[in-house]
Amino acid sequence: MLRRVPEVLVRARGLTKRFGAFTAVDGIDFDLFRGEAFGFLGPNGAGKSSTMRMIGCVSPPTSGELTILGGDPVRDGVAIRGRLGVVPQEDTLDIELTVRENLLVYGRYFGLPRKLIAERADQLLEFVQLTDRADSKVDPLSGGMKRRLVIARSLVNDPDILILDEPTTGLDPQARHVVWDRLYRLKQRGVTLILTTHYMDEAEQLCDRLVVMDRARIAAAGTPRELIEAYSSPEVLELRFAPEVHEAAAEKIKDLGTERIEATADRIMLYVDDGDEALERVRGTGLEPLASFVRRSTLEDVFLRLTGRRLID
Amino acid sequence: MSDVSRGDDPPYPPVRARSQAIVSGARAETVIRSGYQRVLPPVGDLRRLKSGAGSLRLIERHVRAYRHLWLVFASGITEPLFYLLSIGIGLGVLVGKVPGPGGQLVPYREFVAPGLLAVSAMNGAMYDSTFNVFFRLKYDKLYDAVLATPIRPLQVALGEIGWALLRGVLYAVAFTLVMAIMGLVTSWWALLAVPVAVVIGFAFAAAGMAATTYMRSWQDFDYVILVSVPLFLFSTTFYPLSVYPRVVGVIVECTPLYQGVTLLRDLVLGAPGPDLIWRAAYLVVMGVAGVALAARRIARLLLP
Repeated sequence: MLRRVPEVLVRARGLTKRFGAFTAVDGIDFDLFRGEAFGFLGPNGAGKSSTMRMIGCVSPPTSGELTILGGDPVRDGVAIRGRLGVVPQEDTLDIELTVRENLLVYGRYFGLPRKLIAERADQLLEFVQLTDRADSKVDPLSGGMKRRLVIARSLVNDPDILILDEPTTGLDPQARHVVWDRLYRLKQRGVTLILTTHYMDEAEQLCDRLVVMDRARIAAAGTPRELIEAYSSPEVLELRFAPEVHEAAAEKIKDLGTERIEATADRIMLYVDDGDEALERVRGTGLEPLASFVRRSTLEDVFLRLTGRRLID
Repeated sequence: MSDVSRGDDPPYPPVRARSQAIVSGARAETVIRSGYQRVLPPVGDLRRLKSGAGSLRLIERHVRAYRHLWLVFASGITEPLFYLLSIGIGLGVLVGKVPGPGGQLVPYREFVAPGLLAVSAMNGAMYDSTFNVFFRLKYDKLYDAVLATPIRPLQVALGEIGWALLRGVLYAVAFTLVMAIMGLVTSWWALLAVPVAVVIGFAFAAAGMAATTYMRSWQDFDYVILVSVPLFLFSTTFYPLSVYPRVVGVIVECTPLYQGVTLLRDLVLGAPGPDLIWRAAYLVVMGVAGVALAARRIARLLLP
C-alpha cells in the first residue's frame, strides 16, 4: 500500500562537519527512503550524533551536499524542522510542565491549533502508555517513561521523519523492550525512522538498512543480513581454554586453517562456515576446550570487526 | 500497515486523528489503511511562525508554566513600594523639598517616586531575562527543545525579552497606580509613564538576556548585581544630578537607567523637554542591540 517507487527523504553526498580542527563527520554519503528504518551504528565519537544534528537542521554542514525533504537545511530549516520529529540523546523535556502539558506546549511550537494538539496529546499518551501519568510532573518519571514521553512529544506534529539519537541508551532491559515495541509499531505503520545506536540487538531488531560509522566515516553499509554476509561468516565457534593453555591453544588453532580467528583475553573465536565441523577439527589436533559454543554470526561480530576492539572513551 | 486497526493496539495518533478529521463511517477504513500515502503532512501555520508569532509560543509556554506562581510575580511589586514608603515618605519628612526638573521645588516624595518607577521597570525586566533565562538555557534545556522545532533563535530572544518585559510592565503599571492614589502624579504627561516603562523594560530585558548568554555559572551573576545596584543607587534615583561634581555627572548622564529616570521624572512632574526623544531612542537602541546579540549568542551556543 505504500508507494512502490522509493522516495528519497534525505540525501547526503560528501557530507562533512568540522568543529575547528576537529572533523566530526568526514564526507559521508547515504540516502534515506520513505517508510524505512535506517540506522547509524558506531562507537562513541564516531560522528553519529553530529550527523543527526545536521539532519535535524540544528547544525549547519561544513561542506558537502545535504537535502532533507527536498529542501536545504540552512535555507529551509524552519519548514524542514516543522516536518521532523526529534528524540535527542539527552532528554530535553520541560521540567516546569506536567507530562500532558509537555505535549500541548510542544505542539504549539509548531503552530498547530490547540484543539488538534489536545486530541493528539491524549492519543499519544495512550500510545506510549503514560495516560495515567498525564498530570504528573516530569521529574518523578522513570528513565523509560521519560524516554517514551520524548517519543510521544516527537510525534505531536505528525512528522515525515522521526530522528532518534540513541533512543534506549541508559534504560534497563524492560524499559528498552517497551521502547522497541513502540518504535516497531511506528515502523509497521510506515513512519520513516532514522536512528543511532551502539546496541547491535537494537539495530538488528529495528533497522531495515544501516551504516556502520567509525572515526567520522562510513565503514560499511547495507541490510543487517548483507553486512553479516559481507563482513562475517555464517557461524562463529567460541572456545574457552584453561588460562595456562589459552595462548598456546590460540597459536595452535591459528596454524589449523584458513578461517579468521580472533583471540581475546578469555575466549577464542573462529569465524567459520560450519561451527560443528570446525570444533571437530580443533579436537582433532588434540586440544580439548573447557567450553565450546557454536552460534550464528551477529551484527556485533560485524561491528567489532569493522571498528576494532579498542576502547573509545 | 493493515495492523493499524487491530483491537489490542493503542491507536497511533496521526492516523486516527486524520481519519476522524477527514471522514466518518465506512470510508474511514480506507483512509486509515492508506494513512501514509499523503503527499504533504499538516505542517502547522509556518507563515505565522515566520512573522514572529513563534516568540508568542514561548510566552504561551511561560504563562502555562508560571500560572500557579502568580503570587510570586505579584510580590515583586512590593520591593519598589517599600522603597517608596521608607525613602519617599519616611526620609522625605527630613528632606523637605528639592529642585525638580523645571527648577521648581517639589516635595521629596514626588521627586523620588518616578525614579523608583524606573527602577521597578528595570528590575522586573531583569529578573526574568537573567536568572530564569540562565536556568532554561543550562538546566531546563528549554531552548534545545524549542530550536528543534520551527522556532528560530531570534524568536527565542524576542519571546524571552517579551515575557520579561511583561513582568516589568506589570510592576510599572501597579507602581504608577499607587503613585496616582498617593497623589504623587501632578501632570497629564504622566500617562506616558507606562509606555516609557515599557521602553525601559525592553532595554534592560534585552541587555540582561544578552549578558546572560555569556554566564558560565551562577557565580557570574554577581556581575549583574555589580552593575544593577550602582545603577539603582546613582542614576539620580534619590537626588538630582546637580549633587555630583561635573565629571561624575557626565558619566552618570551616559548610563542607561539615568535616561529612564529622567524620562519618567520629567513626564510625571510635567516638565518634558525635547531631550526626552533621544533619551528614549538611547533605550530603544540598547534594546535592539541586546535582542540582536542575544539571538546571535543563542544560535552560537545551541546551533553549532
